[in-house]
Amino acid sequence: MTVSAQPDNGLGIERLLDALCPMHAILCRCGQIHHAGPTLAKLAARERPLEGMSIFDLLEPIRPCDAPDLPALLAHSGARLHFALRAPPRTELKGVIMPLPSCPPAARPDAVGAADHAGQPAAVLNLSFGISIVDAVRDFALTGADFAATDLAVEMLYLVEAQSAVMEELRRLNNRLNGARLDAEARATTDMLTGLGNRRAMERALEDVLADESVFSLMHLDLDFFKQVNDRFGHAAGDHVLQVAAQRLLAALRSKDVVIRLGGDEFMLILPGVINPVQVDATAYRLIDTLEKPISFGAERLQISASIGSGICQPHRGMDIEALMREADTALYAAKAAGRRSHRLYTPSLGQIGTRPMMLTHPAGRG
Amino acid sequence: MQALVNRAIEGFVRSTYGDEFWQSVLRRTGFANASFDALLDNDPNVTAQVIAAIAVALGKTKEEVLEDIGTFLVASPKMRPVRRLLRFGGADFVEFLFSLNDLPARARLALPELDVPQLTLREHRGDRFRLRVVSPPETPQRYGHVMLGLLRAMADDYGALVFLEHHGDAGAEELIEVTLLESRFATARDFSFADSPA
Repeated sequence: MTVSAQPDNGLGIERLLDALCPMHAILCRCGQIHHAGPTLAKLAARERPLEGMSIFDLLEPIRPCDAPDLPALLAHSGARLHFALRAPPRTELKGVIMPLPSCPPAARPDAVGAADHAGQPAAVLNLSFGISIVDAVRDFALTGADFAATDLAVEMLYLVEAQSAVMEELRRLNNRLNGARLDAEARATTDMLTGLGNRRAMERALEDVLADESVFSLMHLDLDFFKQVNDRFGHAAGDHVLQVAAQRLLAALRSKDVVIRLGGDEFMLILPGVINPVQVDATAYRLIDTLEKPISFGAERLQISASIGSGICQPHRGMDIEALMREADTALYAAKAAGRRSHRLYTPSLGQIGTRPMMLTHPAGRG
Repeated sequence: MQALVNRAIEGFVRSTYGDEFWQSVLRRTGFANASFDALLDNDPNVTAQVIAAIAVALGKTKEEVLEDIGTFLVASPKMRPVRRLLRFGGADFVEFLFSLNDLPARARLALPELDVPQLTLREHRGDRFRLRVVSPPETPQRYGHVMLGLLRAMADDYGALVFLEHHGDAGAEELIEVTLLESRFATARDFSFADSPA
C-alpha cells in the first residue's frame, strides 16, 4: 500500500486499519493520536475522545521505559513493545510501532522541519492484549467483533473458558472422589458397631504416641460374661452391650486417651502420660466399675464386667510396641486367671509359668 | 466422554423433573449408582438404557428426549459454560453455524479424550445450511437429535428465527437441515422447507 504524507486526504487508511487491526493508533509526530481503532477507543471509553490526546497520556511505555516522545518510540520500530494503560485497570498491552512510509525516518527524530510536521500522521502503533486478554474482555466488555477476523484472540478466550470449565468439572469430581476416599478411610479405621477405632486405627494411634516420644500405658481389656449375655439374650443384646461399653469407656477416660475395639469383646486402651503403677491400677478399676453397672436392654438388665491387663511404656525401655502388647496380653491373661473382674499390671515375673501374679492395691470392698 | 454425557443427562433429568424422578429412572434401569462421575469412562450401553427409561417414564420418544437434552445443554442456567463456549463460535447465528465445523477440534483442545461427533456444516444457498452429524461409531449413541435441540436453543439465543429438520440417519450419520428465516419470515413461511433438496 502507498500512503501519502497528507493527513486528511481521505485515503481510507483509517478504515483499512480499523478492519485489519482494530487496536491501532495513527500517531502524529508530536505524539498526538490522529486516529484510534475502534477497539482501542473502547479501552479508553472513559477518557476524553482519543483523537488529539497524547499517546503518552493514554499509555505508559514499559519497554522501552525511556521513551518520552514519539521519535524515541520510533527508534524501536518493528520491535516488540510493552505498554500499560495509565488509567485503571492498568491493562498491559503488547505493541509494535512503524513509521508511515512517507515520513522522515525515525533515525532522524531531530531532522530539520520535524516541527512543521508535528501535527501530521507519522506512525502507526498497533496494540494487542497478550495474556491480559482474559481480564480485558471483562474490564472492557469486549466481544468477538472487537477483534480482527484473523485474530486468534477468540480462540484463546475459548481455550481459557473451556479449560476453566474442565477444571471446574475436575474439581467437583475430585471433591466427590475425595469424599469417597475419606469415607472409605474412616470405614477402614472405624469399628462400625461402636464407632471406636479398630485395630488399624490402633496402629496409627500408637505410631502417633511414639512419634511424640511420650510415655503411656497400654491396657488390654476383655469383657467378662459377655459370651453369657450373647448366648442368653441374643446378638442384638450383645451388640448393645458392646456399644454401651464403648460409650462408658470413652466417658470414663480423658479425651486424649484412645479406645480401640480390637474385635469381639476385646478393647485396647492407650493412656498417654499415665505411667505411675498406682494410677494405672486405679484407672483400670474405675473402668471395671463403670462397666459393671447394669445395662438396660428392653426389660432386661444385663450385667457384665471386665478384666484388664496393662503394660507401661517408659522412655528408658525403648519403643517396642510388639513387646508392650505382649506384656499387656500376658497381664490380661493373669487377670483372667485370677478370677476375672480384676486388673494386673505386667511384671516380668508374670511371664514365667507358675509364678503368682503380683497383686496391686485396689479399692477396698472389691471381691 | 461417556461420563460427561451421563452427567449431562443426569443434570437434565434432575433439574427438569426432580431428584425423585431421577431415582425412579435409575431404579427402572436397575442401575444402582445414583450419580455418574464425569470424566471417568462409563459404559455407553448404560447411557442408552437410561435414555430409554426416561422416554418411557415421560411418555416421549427417545428422539424427543435427546432433543430436550440438547436444548437443556444451552438453555439451562446450570449449563452456562456450554452455552458460553458455543457462543464463542460467532457473532451471529450464521457464524455460529460455521463454527460448528471447528467444534470437535476445539473440544479436543480442551479435553483430548473427548470423542464428540464429527460435525460438517455446508452452505446451500444463502439461508440454508446442512449439518452432517457423524457420531462416534463405537458407541450406540446418536447425537443428531441432541444437535437439533442444541441448534434450536442456540437460534433462540442468537435471536434468530430458524427452521430445523432432522433427516433420518444412515448408520452413525445424520443430517440436520437448518433454514435461516430471519427478516424474510413471511416469504419463508410459503417456502416448502419440508421438502429437502435431494
